[in-house]
Amino acid sequence: MQYLLTVIDDGTGPDTPTEEAAIDVFNERLRAEGHWVFAGGLGAPDSATVVDNRRDEAVFTDGPFVESKEYLAGFWIIEAADLDVALKLATDGSKACNRKVEVRPFL
Amino acid sequence: MSAGDVGAAITRAHRDEWARVVAALARRFGDLDVAEEAAAEAFATAVERWPADGVPPNPGAWLTTTANRKAIDRIRRESKRDGKHREALVLSDNDPPEPLGVIEDERLRLIFTCCHPALAMESRMALTLRLVGGLTMPEIARAFLVPESTMGQRITRAKAKIKATRIPYRVPSAEDLPARVAGVLAVLFLVFNEGYLATGPGTDPVRHDLTTEAIRLTRLIRALLPADGEVAGLLALMLLTEARRGTRVSASGELVTLAEQDRGAWDAALVAEGHRLVRERLAAGVAPGRYQILAAINAVHTSARDVRDTDWSQVVALYDLLVRLDRSPIVALNRAIAVAELDGPEVALAAVDRLSGELAGYHAYHATRADLLRRLGRGGQSRAAYDAAIELAGNSAEIAYLTRRRDQLV
Repeated sequence: MQYLLTVIDDGTGPDTPTEEAAIDVFNERLRAEGHWVFAGGLGAPDSATVVDNRRDEAVFTDGPFVESKEYLAGFWIIEAADLDVALKLATDGSKACNRKVEVRPFL
Repeated sequence: MSAGDVGAAITRAHRDEWARVVAALARRFGDLDVAEEAAAEAFATAVERWPADGVPPNPGAWLTTTANRKAIDRIRRESKRDGKHREALVLSDNDPPEPLGVIEDERLRLIFTCCHPALAMESRMALTLRLVGGLTMPEIARAFLVPESTMGQRITRAKAKIKATRIPYRVPSAEDLPARVAGVLAVLFLVFNEGYLATGPGTDPVRHDLTTEAIRLTRLIRALLPADGEVAGLLALMLLTEARRGTRVSASGELVTLAEQDRGAWDAALVAEGHRLVRERLAAGVAPGRYQILAAINAVHTSARDVRDTDWSQVVALYDLLVRLDRSPIVALNRAIAVAELDGPEVALAAVDRLSGELAGYHAYHATRADLLRRLGRGGQSRAAYDAAIELAGNSAEIAYLTRRRDQLV
């Protein structure tokens, strides 16, 4: 079963070198234990562009689709047997990146 | 066998076997919905058939077999209707069970799943009462004072989350067990308090049933985890609290404080059982957790035939232990109340006043101050504190008590 672990930044700002090192260690462990599927860090919300092409013409909007103090800073996609395993990994991931982590299952 | 005897046999089977039937089905079919519905159908069939056919020699086995059949029927119906086979088992159990030093009981898995930390606390309480306790949806809704539809949605949502996120159906690993047991106990203690704090003459009797149900479920956990000190502690705490329930509210609906309760009317059997558990934990010689300390405090109170015989130094010593485990200002407030009896109201008031920042919105903080100020002869300040307490109190019995005390001030 796959889970999406999203990293929520609530004003923490860019990663510090210590956090980056801790994230590297955590990523290595995900690979070694067979949980790794994919992961990535994202640019700041002000770098976002929203595209809406539901009508005749595509509309581009500068900035994120919701303005919020909390935003998505990055994510992991992991393979885990059940929610307990996923929560345990998210617990360690949260410590490594020093941010809140939301866990959601893929359908 | 009379109709009354059959009725009693069905009630007893429901009380003793419900959780076992649900747990066995959940394990076999991997779906809590199927388990709950099939168990309910099996009991409905018993109500229909036992009066005519007689009570089977082994009601539990009869109910499990019947429920199994109902579940298979439902799964066949659904797979026919959907034209496809049911998805693979959703409740997963990947690891072999950890040795617990007790008989492996399916009901433990059910309890840990219902009390999983990924579920909201109110969902954990509702699921536990429904799937482990066997209370009906309308009963649970009434007990928590919410509409049936709200309670139905709460339980449906929780079961859907268990399925979608794959919350495992198993006893947690030895490493996680203490934290998870603490989580289960927190659920049961909240259920108990929900029933206990509602005590009052106008209260729906179903709410009183919550205390009984919480005690019954805690007894079950104790039977399953007999070596866990906190389980014993919580059971003792509940028993010693429940023993006093009848004396806690006067005939006119006013709260009666511990000091003013009719101690002769306490339930002696519950007190004795609670004391036995506390002694057992003391003899174990293991550092006590929160519930064991709270139980011990209650044991000191219930050992005094008269409030004047209370061993306050013992109570304060136990609160000192508790403060080390639990830094909450509410524990500090309760400690101060005991300190007032040992070192006088002036010392206690100084301790209470230090909590003003954290507890300004809590009625018991103001009620405690009001009482201490009254004892120090500071009537005007006491009156103001009673006013603040009455303003914040939600329970009618408590408001009646506080109002009387305020109006008695000279």
